[in-house]
Amino acid sequence: MVDRTSLFGAAEADGIVRCDACPVLCRIRPGRAGACSRYANEEGRLVRTDPLVLLTSAVEEGRPVVPFLDAAQEWSGEVTPAEPVFVTAIGAGTTYPDYKPAPFIVGSRHHGVDTVTVVTEGIFSYCGLKVKIDTDRHLGPECAPVMHEGEQIGHVTTAEYGSQMLSLGGVRHLTGGSKREGSVTCAAMLALCRKEAIEVTIPDGARLSIQAGAAPVVNGVRETRMRVGCGSAAIGIFAQQFFGHVDEVVVLDDHITGVLSEHQAGKCLSMRPTGLRVRGRRSTPGRYFQVAHPGTGWGGTDITDPLTVLESIDPKLAWPGMRVLMTSTTGEDALYLELDDALRPIPAPMPEAVRRTVARIGENCEPAMTSILFMAGAGGSLRAGVTENPILLTRRVQAGEVRVTMGGAPCYLYPGGGITLMADILRIPDKAFGYVPTPALVAPIEFTLRADLYAALGGHVEHAIALSALIERHGAESLAAPWMSANPWPDAPG
Amino acid sequence: MTDWPPPQRCLLPDGRLHLSDGPIDLVIGLEGTRPAIQSAREAAFRALCGVLPALAAELPLLRSPLLGRPPEAKHPVACRMVEACWPLRASFITPMAAVAGAVAEHVLAAIAAVPGVSAAHVNNGGDIAVHLTPGASLRVGLAERPDRPGLGPVAHLRAEDGVGGVATSGWRGRSFSLGIADAVTVLAPRAAEADAAATLIANAVNAEHPAILRRPAEELDPDTDLAGQGVTVAVGDLPAPLLEAALDAGLRQAELLLARGQIRGAFLSLGGRMRVTGTAEIATLGAPAAFLPEGAGRAGRE
Repeated sequence: MVDRTSLFGAAEADGIVRCDACPVLCRIRPGRAGACSRYANEEGRLVRTDPLVLLTSAVEEGRPVVPFLDAAQEWSGEVTPAEPVFVTAIGAGTTYPDYKPAPFIVGSRHHGVDTVTVVTEGIFSYCGLKVKIDTDRHLGPECAPVMHEGEQIGHVTTAEYGSQMLSLGGVRHLTGGSKREGSVTCAAMLALCRKEAIEVTIPDGARLSIQAGAAPVVNGVRETRMRVGCGSAAIGIFAQQFFGHVDEVVVLDDHITGVLSEHQAGKCLSMRPTGLRVRGRRSTPGRYFQVAHPGTGWGGTDITDPLTVLESIDPKLAWPGMRVLMTSTTGEDALYLELDDALRPIPAPMPEAVRRTVARIGENCEPAMTSILFMAGAGGSLRAGVTENPILLTRRVQAGEVRVTMGGAPCYLYPGGGITLMADILRIPDKAFGYVPTPALVAPIEFTLRADLYAALGGHVEHAIALSALIERHGAESLAAPWMSANPWPDAPG
Repeated sequence: MTDWPPPQRCLLPDGRLHLSDGPIDLVIGLEGTRPAIQSAREAAFRALCGVLPALAAELPLLRSPLLGRPPEAKHPVACRMVEACWPLRASFITPMAAVAGAVAEHVLAAIAAVPGVSAAHVNNGGDIAVHLTPGASLRVGLAERPDRPGLGPVAHLRAEDGVGGVATSGWRGRSFSLGIADAVTVLAPRAAEADAAATLIANAVNAEHPAILRRPAEELDPDTDLAGQGVTVAVGDLPAPLLEAALDAGLRQAELLLARGQIRGAFLSLGGRMRVTGTAEIATLGAPAAFLPEGAGRAGRE
């Protein structure tokens, strides 16, 4: 066991703290930072600017954040606190240089197993955000640049089922372009990682406001529903409920527009052909591609007047009084029509049964959401703070013997070489992210493993500190945050 | 405490070299033949080794105001700090005014000695040492506010301009300032001189007004070289005539140094107003930079 205080600095008179991270040996007054701005004096203690966050496994969710060792809850001196505590890397600091042991190597017992959690803040030059935006509206063509404050910070990538994906950040925008491009990209990513909203624009596409966990705002309009399915799927799902109440249903969709009477679902119900023909390229009966251009109108098309998609009505098949429903895939836009004696479609009040089915389409749509995954490579030198032989750590992580978390949030490990991680930023505590002006993002990362395995990896065992001792020394400068109940407790695997 | 680890080094993805050692944070751009760049990177790293511990050992001397006769510094970087500040001692100055520029210059000298390097710059948190061979050029973005990197005016430097150093100072920057300038960027033959002159000119951009908040330097940093002086910690809204007068005071200081050949040019910025003096390289003001070598005067690492 090593006294961390002696590794980090020493207290002097008048609340001044001497930092010995480097030979300048700054003496720092309370409330001020040292010459490097990385270490600061907070009420007589040498700290990183962000406090270390301890996540307690709180029984109830949403319990208020309390200082760890307040008077009411005096530390009893037990080996482990009554309530399980996990030390996150948020505010832990990075070590200088990397081959010094990581800021905190914590030995604790969870479920009777000796575990070691190595806690550090990683500087991620290679990192980006994968953004899933639940909308059918056209945001921009694939590969189109995503702009923020005049700089390209990412691009439009694939369309997924009911969603549009953006790729933001990445090393080429952070450090591969101009200094300003890097700064703007870094600031945008930092804001999103801190669960704040930012506005982005896509040339020849949409203006968007995105925020993790919130509905996207497309061209100033807040998206509410995620489509129930494509136009053809909507026809298939609701055919029976429409049957008998309308003679024809057109479900407008950017991908596949469905026409009920012609669709297999209508055929199975022996529906009478209506002679109604929509624009676009027929894929299979009742399923049409490219009915309109992508846009922000009905069903992700540029259509605001649905009648314009009707190419023709065959007078040999259609009949006066024929009932036609046109709807979007979310049910947000719908128009009920009846043909007059000249077989012209005339808007009419929607019958109650039809209205109910349109409402059901809406009911089956999930709330539109923006979801953001943080993706980064932890294969760099930060591993040296964990063990003397970094490849051993990489292999054990890949083998599932070391649990990797970011601020306690579970990570998905990409298969293949290196430690490339993805984590849902909503599961990472607030204020977990920072930046360095390189520019690069600073994010917490914790490696949890069995104590014997850590020793076998060549870990810095001599720097391990008992959880109780860590709380005793740093508890007062730490924040205790309730455990996010959606996150599994990061026990050592196996 | 005597055995410090060597500086950290890493290559940024764009090929620039990043060296850091405590508060020293260097971003180094190199042009030339491939083997020359390899050698220059190694030379830069070797040159930085030992600099921080050596300067730390001489800190008491380097933090003393220059008076009487030149102090006897030992390390070459410390000597350069003294040399660059000595001619400016009519105003209050300590060798620390040139520390960032002198470190950048020291590392640059090692790089410039490598045959085959056609251009190089060493940016130490906004204080930049520049090496250009005939035909090479460098565009340097001038920050109007060092805490807000952006596309400001641009100085286009060529070998024949004789500019070996670009430095920025201001109260918003990483070091204390006695003045109220948002940014003063100086072009000088060498980086240590640029650094010292920028500090001095930024100190001279000054005024008295209740909206200017100052605090004794030693209340902020017990080891400051500015003990007993009030350093600027906030500047509120100031009347236009005051801004103009403050800028003119700084301009007079800059023109004095220009006339004595200590600097080549200076760019002063305060509250969105500017003053420019010096050689034609700043005549290209207004053209936005396509390439910005680490924004001038950028604050240090967070």
